[in-house]
Amino acid sequence: MVETQFRFRDDEPVGDPAVTVDAFGEQTNAAAVRLETGEDARVLLPFLDRIRLVEVEFPGFMDGRGYSAARILREAGYDGELRAIGSVFVDQLGHLRRCGFDSFAPNTPLDPVDAENAFNRWPDVYQATGDGRQPIWAKRHG
Amino acid sequence: MKILTGNDLKSGAVIWWDGQGWSLHVDDAVDASEHADEILAREEAARHVNSSYVVDATQTPEGVRPNHIKERIRALGPTVRPDLTLKPADPSAINWVI
Amino acid sequence: MYKYDSYDQAMVDTRVEEFRDQTRRRIEGTLAEENFRPLRLQNGLYLQLHAYMLRVAVPYGTLSSAQMRMLGDIADKYDRGYGHFTTRQNIQYNWIKLDEAPDILADLAKVEMHAIQTSGNCIRNISSDQYAGAAKDELIDPRPYAELLRQWSSFHPEFLHLPRKFKIAVIASKTDRAAMRLHDIGIEIVKNDAGEIGCAFYVGGGMGRTPMIAPLINPFVPLDQLITYSEACLRVYNRYGRRDNKYKARIKILVHEMGKDEYTRQVEEEFAHLLTQGIEPPIAELERIIPYFADPAFDAAASDDLDLSDPDFAVWVKNNTVAHKAKGYVIAVVSLKPVGGIPGDASADQIRLMADLAKDYSFDELRVTHAQNIVFPHVRKSDLYTLWQKLDAADLSTANLDGIGDIIACPGLDYCSLANARSIPVAQKISERFAGKQEELGELKLKISGCINACGHHHAGHIGILGVDRKGVENYQLLLGGSEGADTSLGTITGPGFSEDGIVDAVEKATNVYLANKEGEERFLDTYRRIGMAPFKEAIYG
Repeated sequence: MVETQFRFRDDEPVGDPAVTVDAFGEQTNAAAVRLETGEDARVLLPFLDRIRLVEVEFPGFMDGRGYSAARILREAGYDGELRAIGSVFVDQLGHLRRCGFDSFAPNTPLDPVDAENAFNRWPDVYQATGDGRQPIWAKRHG
Repeated sequence: MKILTGNDLKSGAVIWWDGQGWSLHVDDAVDASEHADEILAREEAARHVNSSYVVDATQTPEGVRPNHIKERIRALGPTVRPDLTLKPADPSAINWVI
Repeated sequence: MYKYDSYDQAMVDTRVEEFRDQTRRRIEGTLAEENFRPLRLQNGLYLQLHAYMLRVAVPYGTLSSAQMRMLGDIADKYDRGYGHFTTRQNIQYNWIKLDEAPDILADLAKVEMHAIQTSGNCIRNISSDQYAGAAKDELIDPRPYAELLRQWSSFHPEFLHLPRKFKIAVIASKTDRAAMRLHDIGIEIVKNDAGEIGCAFYVGGGMGRTPMIAPLINPFVPLDQLITYSEACLRVYNRYGRRDNKYKARIKILVHEMGKDEYTRQVEEEFAHLLTQGIEPPIAELERIIPYFADPAFDAAASDDLDLSDPDFAVWVKNNTVAHKAKGYVIAVVSLKPVGGIPGDASADQIRLMADLAKDYSFDELRVTHAQNIVFPHVRKSDLYTLWQKLDAADLSTANLDGIGDIIACPGLDYCSLANARSIPVAQKISERFAGKQEELGELKLKISGCINACGHHHAGHIGILGVDRKGVENYQLLLGGSEGADTSLGTITGPGFSEDGIVDAVEKATNVYLANKEGEERFLDTYRRIGMAPFKEAIYG
């Protein structure tokens, strides 16, 4: 199991390993689930009240489906841990965070200084993405 | 013959493996059939070259000539701007490209 | 013109620092090329045939004099004294050094410019009507909506790794001058029966190897839902666009394979959901942007009189000017297609001269067209002759707009690492061959691409030419009958391809068929549509 390198939550991490979406449907007590590349985040929506961890797999830099998966879960009210796993690179961190990810377990550990720069890069943002940041248009018309 | 090419990481200039290092001139290219993968892996890792690959070429009396037009254009420069090629003073240089 | 506030400036400045950091990591070796490549592409930096190439965004094709001047200065300072205006209203430089690229971005940021998302699998620069704000036939100026979309699409965190590139065009005229329906999303600003302004969404158009004309998926999206609807269109694409084959990854394939109705249904469902999420900027934001695009201070007393006694000037006026909405003014177009020249190229001196002339004669404003020309959008008719003389002295007065010499051509194998054949020499030979027949042939849009990716829009040319690689030799296919306007159509291949000289002869044969069959005021395209392919094929291959 890959270490979680960055976590922006205060609650106790879920101890159990995440199960696949298929297994999750059968194990009614599972609280951690892994969305593999291309799996539909909306199949989890009926179960959000019992899920405490969703891992979203990134197969490579170029596959951005996980960004939409994260926003769909957050927009549906999911407030448990949302972890990006797999091929996660430093220059994606800020954007992943904006889409709702709050923990990161990259296959290859990232340089902590570069990562901190990436998380703190943008003083302001143009879009509302449900991450709690006030977009520029809201500040303009505060 | 098989020759090695790529671009200089910082300047982006087209470069050719001359057996010791990288040259701007295709005429300096040497046959690297034997150790191509090894050389390219080493040179990429040392960041001497970017996006390198192997090219088929022919040794002619006039010099080394890549077999494909694309590589010949890379070797000289844009055919429509002779002034910006490696041989701006030699209008005949283009003849071996196209 | 839009002016950055401190927020916009901070976004661009931050991007410069981010890219400087990424470039440093690449040069130092902690960032591998494999991962740097998509990052540099999202800053418009390619590795091309001879060097790095930087594509600079010209949002919706609009430039101030100061911005244009900077483009000229960059050409001198960092490149080899020229730039190339592209078919997406941008400019690109061909001889860039990686370690200088961050400095170029910093210079651009000084004049509120950038290279953000001019490449890569993300939402690209938003294009628009080059005559926006000046055209007689427009409903309203489409650029405020394009600017709203520019801000929304810049660094949109969900859509930076789409299946493929994504191009949006916004227009507000029935006459489509932006090839709107050949974009991933084409937005036409329309008025409904109740007199309200809204947006018609066309989704899934494009050129490339599988050209498609975008179908209408929603005839009227209210203005205060524009961003939300766009986001819904993008989300469905990001989730379901194909990622197994890059040649089938554009949204046109998704819309085609899923079916327009099913795609629309999913967008509407996502849209209904996103309306609950509060992602739409308030109308106040649009109202903030609109005044930046207000009309300049036109002189109501400006005269419509024009002295056409100089015959060269008269031809230029006839071919290269377009009616303006304000009395006494005209839209003037500089053709970057001199006879035998390289389509879209301009020297640093020419770029600076055009910047100065825009300041003196066009209220400080210029436009780049998708046909790779430059527009002075607001020229007083009484200044037109002086403007023309100054252009003429700088070899910028070629009077061939929309004629056979006004060729759109991609850089082709002279510069581009994807190309299969050279485009520019073909353009040069055609423009030389037909230099004397320009007037006789009238409107004839000829477009050349050096590979199937179709950056030269060959599918949409009245005459299109596609360069291919036939066993290591350049070969050119001929297409007839394409169009990009309100009457968008895709060209049809005539038959077997030609050599470089052969294609020029084939074009001549095609134009001879037109001249022999032309009725009345018919354009080449009209005659082709009336008589069909057979007589052309007969003349070309018979």
